[in-house]
Amino acid sequence: MAEAHSLENPRLQHHFRNADQQFSSSKLGMWLFLFTEIMFFGGLFVAYIVYRAWNPELFTMAASQLDTVLGAVNTVVLIGSSLTIALAIRAAQTDKQKQIVNYLLMTILLAGVFLVIKYFEYMHKFDLGIFPGAFYTFEGIDHPKANVFFSIYYMMTGLHGLHVVIGIGLMIWLVVRAKMGDYSSKWYTPVEMTGLYWHLVDIIWIFLFPLMYLIE
Amino acid sequence: MSAATTNGKTLKVRYFDIEENPTEHYLNAESGLKSWLFTVDHKRIGLMYLASIAFFFFVGGVLALVLRTELFTPAENLMTAETYNRIFTVHGAVMVFLFIIPSIPAALGNFLLPMMLGAKDVAFPRLNLASFWIYSIGALFTLVSLGVNPVDTGWTFYTPYSVQTGSAVILMTIGVFIMGFSSILTGMNFIVTIHKMRAPGMTWGRMPLFLWAMYATSIIQVLATPVLAITLALLIMERTLGIGIFDPALGGDPVLYQHFFWFYSHPAVYIMIVPAFGVISELIATFSRKTIFGYWAIAMSSLAIAFIGSLVWGHHMFVSGQSELSTVIFSFLTFFVGIPTGIKIFNWLATMHKGSIDMKTPMLYACIFLFLFTIGGVTGIMLGAISVNVQLHDTYYVVAHFHYVMMGGTVMAFLGGLHYWWPKMTGKMYSEFWGRISAIIIFIGFNLTFLPQFIMGSQGMPRRYYSYIEQFQTMHQLSTIGSYILGVGFVIIAVYLAHSLMKGQKAPANPWGARTLDWMTSSPPAQHNFNYQPVCNNGAYDFHKPIADFTLGIAEDEHAHEQKGDTIKQQEQNV
Repeated sequence: MAEAHSLENPRLQHHFRNADQQFSSSKLGMWLFLFTEIMFFGGLFVAYIVYRAWNPELFTMAASQLDTVLGAVNTVVLIGSSLTIALAIRAAQTDKQKQIVNYLLMTILLAGVFLVIKYFEYMHKFDLGIFPGAFYTFEGIDHPKANVFFSIYYMMTGLHGLHVVIGIGLMIWLVVRAKMGDYSSKWYTPVEMTGLYWHLVDIIWIFLFPLMYLIE
Repeated sequence: MSAATTNGKTLKVRYFDIEENPTEHYLNAESGLKSWLFTVDHKRIGLMYLASIAFFFFVGGVLALVLRTELFTPAENLMTAETYNRIFTVHGAVMVFLFIIPSIPAALGNFLLPMMLGAKDVAFPRLNLASFWIYSIGALFTLVSLGVNPVDTGWTFYTPYSVQTGSAVILMTIGVFIMGFSSILTGMNFIVTIHKMRAPGMTWGRMPLFLWAMYATSIIQVLATPVLAITLALLIMERTLGIGIFDPALGGDPVLYQHFFWFYSHPAVYIMIVPAFGVISELIATFSRKTIFGYWAIAMSSLAIAFIGSLVWGHHMFVSGQSELSTVIFSFLTFFVGIPTGIKIFNWLATMHKGSIDMKTPMLYACIFLFLFTIGGVTGIMLGAISVNVQLHDTYYVVAHFHYVMMGGTVMAFLGGLHYWWPKMTGKMYSEFWGRISAIIIFIGFNLTFLPQFIMGSQGMPRRYYSYIEQFQTMHQLSTIGSYILGVGFVIIAVYLAHSLMKGQKAPANPWGARTLDWMTSSPPAQHNFNYQPVCNNGAYDFHKPIADFTLGIAEDEHAHEQKGDTIKQQEQNV
């Protein structure tokens, strides 16, 4: 079966000729997956562009309801987490087992901070009656399509938040495996791939933040 | 033999014997239900896809016959108008999402792609199995939706009706959403496999054209399918939360839905047809016994179709209220798709020219393809013209065009491919006589079904109506009779293929004298495809060279299970 490993490298799957081929295949596959993610979010970005082109005044009015300070803090938090996961990959490449775990835990912590801040932002809006779409009851924005702006806001940040949650799940799994000493300079593919994924989650937020919070 | 040089490595190679009628192969290497359901072998996964799509083709086909029966007279024969709406929706959705999109890529592609590359498997075998399971789960959702309240929106799920209707739109679209991921994973897997898993010496210019077609298809799958996913996610949110992006009642824009939907679904028709082009290239070259004419033109036109085909979605919306400027641009770009497609047709004809054509069943299907697809393609160009489109919009003309392309094109190529690779997949031969008979019956039935629809459509018969004025009755009856003949053709195929499985003669390793690597192994193939690591030193269509030249492999390969047969010739070679 597929688990028939060759003797030199237990991580080498039987259908690859060598470890290089296996690693570069994984990396290409991951990049393709990131492209699909961009197309997936791309649909929402197009919806954003279309509605903003039609209702420019709506977007400036509605953006005033978003807390720029919290958004900025979250941006810094996520960029920081991208740094820590990059350091985790570095630790794997240099065989520093303990550091892999520590940097991964720091990344998970920062991702958690991001979600907590997001939670308070959402709750504040729900208190005001700013719900998505048909459940929208807020009267502070004098525009007939204010509900559509917040639908787009909730869809984009919600989908992004879902990706953060998935990322946390992946990193918990990495921590468990790293504690078992699975990753070393010989084989650290999952750490590297999760890192790529996490950078994408970060970059999407870097686009969301100015598009949502910083319009005047 | 000339030596080829890539990255300057010297490999020790020798010729291998291909075992005839092997006692051990991928079908009997392991046994039991679990060895199928949890297999990571791309060949078994391909066969499981084949069985699934055959089932759904049967379901969609029966529904089509039911629709045709209802249309035999203008009166209410079998069902109410409402039931008719549900049945044509389900026919469309099942045929598109459950049958035709996975048909050639997931079934034939999975089986053949690694073998044609000279690889042991796809790059991510477990992901491949996951994609099959994801497909199955999506199919399950779709089937459940049929039990709950079959969708009546048409397979396009246009808003605002899809938001208002009481039918199970959410279940159905969740099913399609899930199946999209299966399609994405297959596409990713194929792109990586083609990039990274090619055998030594298998340069891009030596790849069989089927692989180029699969490569172009995979690019569309990876780039377009996520957009369908987000569109359906938004549609589901529209129904549950009323997010108001597509629903005009809440300030949304239904035309935006159409843009989103067709941004995927137009490229999706190239997901359906481009693999068919790949199959046809293989069939025509093999059965004309000639090097394919214009290798690079055919290879690059697949990529060109993938690229241009992604920019023409607006031609579905000429009467939906899109701006005049976009309409003109989309119409213009639509004409452009005809160029690479025409390039393919002419290259195939040039390949056949002065070839020694062997009209075996697969080649018969390839010729049927050329005939029917050309009609479908040219009527598509007509529909791309704005003035004609406005006249023919939502008529049977469009229905006929679509079926000529999808059934006359993809399904005929799929049948050709199925007959061509059947001996390789099963190790059995089928009845050539019945193969040809059923191909001819299908050809007659198909034209009788859909040619009258062109005429009706041009006279103004709208699609999706369960009744009609008496003027159209003759045409509708011809069409219905044609569909029954078509059905008979498929039943014959099912019977003789089943017979072949049970009692068919054993197939030789290379019954058609093909030159691609998928034939350079026993029929059925060994568990890991080859008993040697193939080395490619020839073009895929070098029919002027003896077949023995194509069985080159690495000598002393540590992964090879056995090296039967004495070395015919041993040589040092640069590859």
